[in-house]
Amino acid sequence: MNRINQKLQADKKILSIYFSAGYPNLNDTVQIIQDLEKSGVDMIEIGLPFSDPLADGPTIQASSTQALHNGMTTQVLFDQLKDIRKSVSIPLIIMGYFNPMLQYGVENFCKKCAEIGIDGLIIPDLPVDVYADEYKATFEKYDLINVLLITPQTSDERIGFIDSVSNGFIYMVSSASVTGSQSGFGSTQEAYFKRIADMNLRNPQVIGFGINNKETFNQATQFAKGAIIGSAFIQYLTENGTGKIEDFVKAIR
Amino acid sequence: MSYHVNEKGYYGEFGGAYIPEMLYPNVEELRQQYLKITAEPSFQAEFDALLKDYVGRPTPLYFAERLSEEYNTKVYLKREDLCHTGAHKINNTIGQILLAKRLGKTRIIAETGAGQHGVATATVCALMGLQCIVYMGEVDIKRQAPNVARMKMLGAEVRPALSGSRTLKDATNEAIRDWINNPVDTYYIIGSVVGPHPYPDMVARFQSVISQEIKTQLLEKEGTEKPDYVIACVGGGSNAAGTYYHFIDDEDVKIIAVEAAGLGVDSGESAATSVLGKVGVIHGSKTLLMQSTDGQITEPYSISAGLDYPGVGPMHANLYATGRAQFISITDEQAMQWGLKLSKMEGLIPAIESAHAFAVLDEMKFKPEDIVVINLSGRGDKDLNTYIDYFKL
Repeated sequence: MNRINQKLQADKKILSIYFSAGYPNLNDTVQIIQDLEKSGVDMIEIGLPFSDPLADGPTIQASSTQALHNGMTTQVLFDQLKDIRKSVSIPLIIMGYFNPMLQYGVENFCKKCAEIGIDGLIIPDLPVDVYADEYKATFEKYDLINVLLITPQTSDERIGFIDSVSNGFIYMVSSASVTGSQSGFGSTQEAYFKRIADMNLRNPQVIGFGINNKETFNQATQFAKGAIIGSAFIQYLTENGTGKIEDFVKAIR
Repeated sequence: MSYHVNEKGYYGEFGGAYIPEMLYPNVEELRQQYLKITAEPSFQAEFDALLKDYVGRPTPLYFAERLSEEYNTKVYLKREDLCHTGAHKINNTIGQILLAKRLGKTRIIAETGAGQHGVATATVCALMGLQCIVYMGEVDIKRQAPNVARMKMLGAEVRPALSGSRTLKDATNEAIRDWINNPVDTYYIIGSVVGPHPYPDMVARFQSVISQEIKTQLLEKEGTEKPDYVIACVGGGSNAAGTYYHFIDDEDVKIIAVEAAGLGVDSGESAATSVLGKVGVIHGSKTLLMQSTDGQITEPYSISAGLDYPGVGPMHANLYATGRAQFISITDEQAMQWGLKLSKMEGLIPAIESAHAFAVLDEMKFKPEDIVVINLSGRGDKDLNTYIDYFKL
């Protein structure tokens, strides 16, 4: 069974952390992953940097730009992760935009992920319709979970379709925004979280965008299986370096 | 086989809507509505009236006698340079603002490179009394100060794009991010035949008035609706899409697309996307795109700010891939010399973008009886500083 599905079955709220591979320094990737696991994180999203990350706010844009400047490429990331399964056992997801994957070759990309022990992919600009028609079979061949997004504007009908195509969890975007632009959830978000929870979807939901501390993590996981922190963690790395990752995670729970 | 878009939003293998889920409701609404709304008689009447009385259409089809004599062929210029705001861009912004109003949107956003589309958008927003925010790369804001001032006079807010290379592609990213952040009240007026379906087709339809008029005007002047050649410059490709539109499924009409070679196709400083690009995804569209082997989008170069887009509209990518259109790359130097030549021979100072198209006259051999239509997509006022610097005028 895929590590993501195993983790989702456990009776525990999931804390997932996103970071940009190659940031702050090119070779920080493996150390950050190991430290996150040791600190008690349940799942990690490894950001494959892209020159034009159009769903991301300033924090992740800046970290992507720096990572590319540091020399990060798809191949460098795969080389860095070559032996990751010797030291890390929690689910690992690569999150990146579609064009770099397309250039690597989608099948090659998936094959490489499977060899390394990557469990899933999040590709914000690969729409569910194209995925279902052209790439689902390839993902399944390599036992990769494709994590699809929903937003407060997604219709019930489309959520149903996304749920039917998904086989891991649904990434619930907390509000209409790019990454890193929110602070705190109001009644609008809570109503949306509840509406989705009440739909009793096949796939559990994990909430992302706007989770930046213990309070928002707890709020989100009241309604969902877990929550994802990205920009706030990158901000923390920018300010504190990579030496105190445990402090960040402990402050969340 | 048609070279127009199919019902799934593709031109051959190019096009589609590669957008984050956050944009899906807006793009889907547009996809479902754009053909219906633009086909309504009230829409068409308003669109036609504004094109006529506000933009100044139809623009003339001018027989360039001296050029025709020198090149021993029949050269006609489609005078989009006479449109209000100085280029064809406004044909599209008029269409999209009418659509935005009918969709009940109250806040308009746009991206701009050199500022022509920004000015055209700010103009129609002023006309309709709608809020207008234009994203423009920080680098371009410095390079194109007069257009920034024009947008401000027209009541638009110009927001600098500070990410990436701080030029057109980054301004487009910022506009897309704005739309993600404001999904309900906001309409995004894209300036070229790029972006997710239905934008490439929608913008091409609004610009298709160019080729519609060419047909009528040629019939009057030459007794035929068909030119032998239609020639236009291609950055994203909106003036070209308009010039080709009613001819693309008629293979008797040869299509020439002119890209900016910059300092030379192999110089590393070029915007010749068809030659240098590979299939990829940019701004929601699968198309030819200049990129690194790793799939990072690279920054193109051309002396003309309207042609330095790293991608090309999916319609054009398909015209290239199928061989339906012939693509020619013209250097900065060739284009600049043509800017001067057209000024002196015909009394027309062209936009540097448009000047690229004329250089085809030196690159190809035409027969005396050939009817060659070149789209003079914009006038050169905006480029005066570049001309001054280049020629030490």
